[in-house]
Amino acid sequence: MAEILQLIIYGIVLGSIITLGAIGVSMIFGILRFAHFAHGDIMTLGAYLALIGVGPLSLPMLGVFPLAVVATGLIAAGIDRLIYRHLRSSSPIIMLISSVGTALMLRSLIQLIWGPDNKIYTQGISMPYTYADLQIKPEQITIVLGTVALVTLLHLFLHQTRMGKAMRAMSDNMNLARISGINTERVIFWAWIIAAGLGAAGGIFLGIDTRLNPIMGWRLLLPVFAAAILGGIGSYYGAILGGIVIGISQELSTLFISPAYKPAIAFGIMVLMLIFRPTGIMGGQK
Amino acid sequence: MELAGLLNYIVFFLTVAGIYAVLVLGLNIQWGFTGQINIGVAAFFAVGAYTSAILTTAPSPDHLGGFGLPFLAGALAAMAIAAALGLFVALITVNLRGDYLAIASIGIAEIVRLILKNEEWLTNGVRGIPAIPDPLSGLVQGSHPALFLLIVLIAVGLVYFAVERLFRSPWVRVLRAIRANEEAVMASGKNVTRFRVEAFLLGSAIMGLGGALYAHFTSFISPSAFEPMYGTFLVWVMLIAGGSGNNRGALLGTFVIWLVWTGTEMFTSQAPEEWITRISAIRIFLIGLILEIILILRPQGLLPERPPRTPEADEKRRSGSSAE
Repeated sequence: MAEILQLIIYGIVLGSIITLGAIGVSMIFGILRFAHFAHGDIMTLGAYLALIGVGPLSLPMLGVFPLAVVATGLIAAGIDRLIYRHLRSSSPIIMLISSVGTALMLRSLIQLIWGPDNKIYTQGISMPYTYADLQIKPEQITIVLGTVALVTLLHLFLHQTRMGKAMRAMSDNMNLARISGINTERVIFWAWIIAAGLGAAGGIFLGIDTRLNPIMGWRLLLPVFAAAILGGIGSYYGAILGGIVIGISQELSTLFISPAYKPAIAFGIMVLMLIFRPTGIMGGQK
Repeated sequence: MELAGLLNYIVFFLTVAGIYAVLVLGLNIQWGFTGQINIGVAAFFAVGAYTSAILTTAPSPDHLGGFGLPFLAGALAAMAIAAALGLFVALITVNLRGDYLAIASIGIAEIVRLILKNEEWLTNGVRGIPAIPDPLSGLVQGSHPALFLLIVLIAVGLVYFAVERLFRSPWVRVLRAIRANEEAVMASGKNVTRFRVEAFLLGSAIMGLGGALYAHFTSFISPSAFEPMYGTFLVWVMLIAGGSGNNRGALLGTFVIWLVWTGTEMFTSQAPEEWITRISAIRIFLIGLILEIILILRPQGLLPERPPRTPEADEKRRSGSSAE
């Protein structure tokens, strides 16, 4: 029993990281109508940008975190200006292929600058808190609380600000949003800032929990998409639920199968979902 | 010696380009003709390579094998198993939006990669399968890279003529119609699902053939040979650069991108030892950049797709030329 509870705790930590990626994928899908295959590498980028701050500049993570998040958002918006903007009139499939190209370019730049080896933010091991056979590291508590805070901020943004409402409107009905005078390019800009910013937060959390390497985000892409599909693509709250379900399932699967096959669980859940309920739990766009 | 070295290099260059050409022609059926996005080409490539390797090698305690079948049997089985994997993916995703196929295909690629790495009884894990026989080993003495190149060129030729012939068939006309307007095809009474599954299956089988050729060419395969960069992305960029939907474009794109890829290696291999892995990232960046530039400036590729000639047009041309 303790073992199961322990795996659920790890699952919630992993699920938090997946959730932060899945919200972004869902948001870009809702507003720009394409599956953003570079999202994993955007997460990697965020993690490495934070490494500049805590590594060579030895600043505290708390100060570096928002800077890396904003910088990643701005870079994603810049990539949109340079590349995706020119493809808006082509089919979403072409944008998808283009995002695969972006993924390659981001990953190769990261490898060029930081090299292919594993990196860590800080040396040393932290002592886990222990409570009745259950263990959790302080960083893991930070990750879960950080995710809760970011998701709460997102909720407030989407419901309390004009831009947030415009974003939801565009996600619901692009043409209706346009004729009611919403500046779509501005909404797209903010969508990139938020989607990539949350992705960067997820990437940094993953770096804190494990290590940084140039393919960390690409490896996470499958669970991230699985979470977004599970929750119903285009639905932010679904993405949160999907992320936690995928995270916990991946960890619990180690009770039955080799841990090497963890990503296969995300795929299995996604396939079942695609077969039986392609609109997702929360009934997003098909 | 210089000349012999150069000739050897040209033979090597053309052999690998030929293997890529088979993969690109397979992807052209899926993406070019039908509009299906398969981001897991590497999986079908790898499954083909491992199938043929397992069936043709001598007994080994390290992996499943010892069947000692001839190359042709291995290649046919490679096509069949890759097609079976294609059938599985197609059945899951066939009636969903294109994006879901793309996502499912990276899932399949990831699972195939995990199986190759972890199921040691089957594949010998990361240590790979060595001593995959040369298809000609029973027929001629020693190893002859030029003769293997000939086998690859024959395979490319056969696949090319088959897909080129198909391109003018009613079957591909339906695929192209599905790509353009699915509802209209459905309304005219075609079974869209069936055509889609067939297209995905055929493309996968051809990729499996590419895998078999690769296994017998290198005689050693391990999971690292089927990383997405080599197995999937180069293939995509080759097809898009050459011209999606145009078989000749697919061949041209393969040649040009392979030239760029190997050409840039000459520069990066000059770098100091400790920088080589970093510098070679520039080559990947360049491939990504080429993809973006083509998608923005010339999405139709070097040789744009041209609609196939109808039998009536063929008839007219023939009677026209005989009248002269």
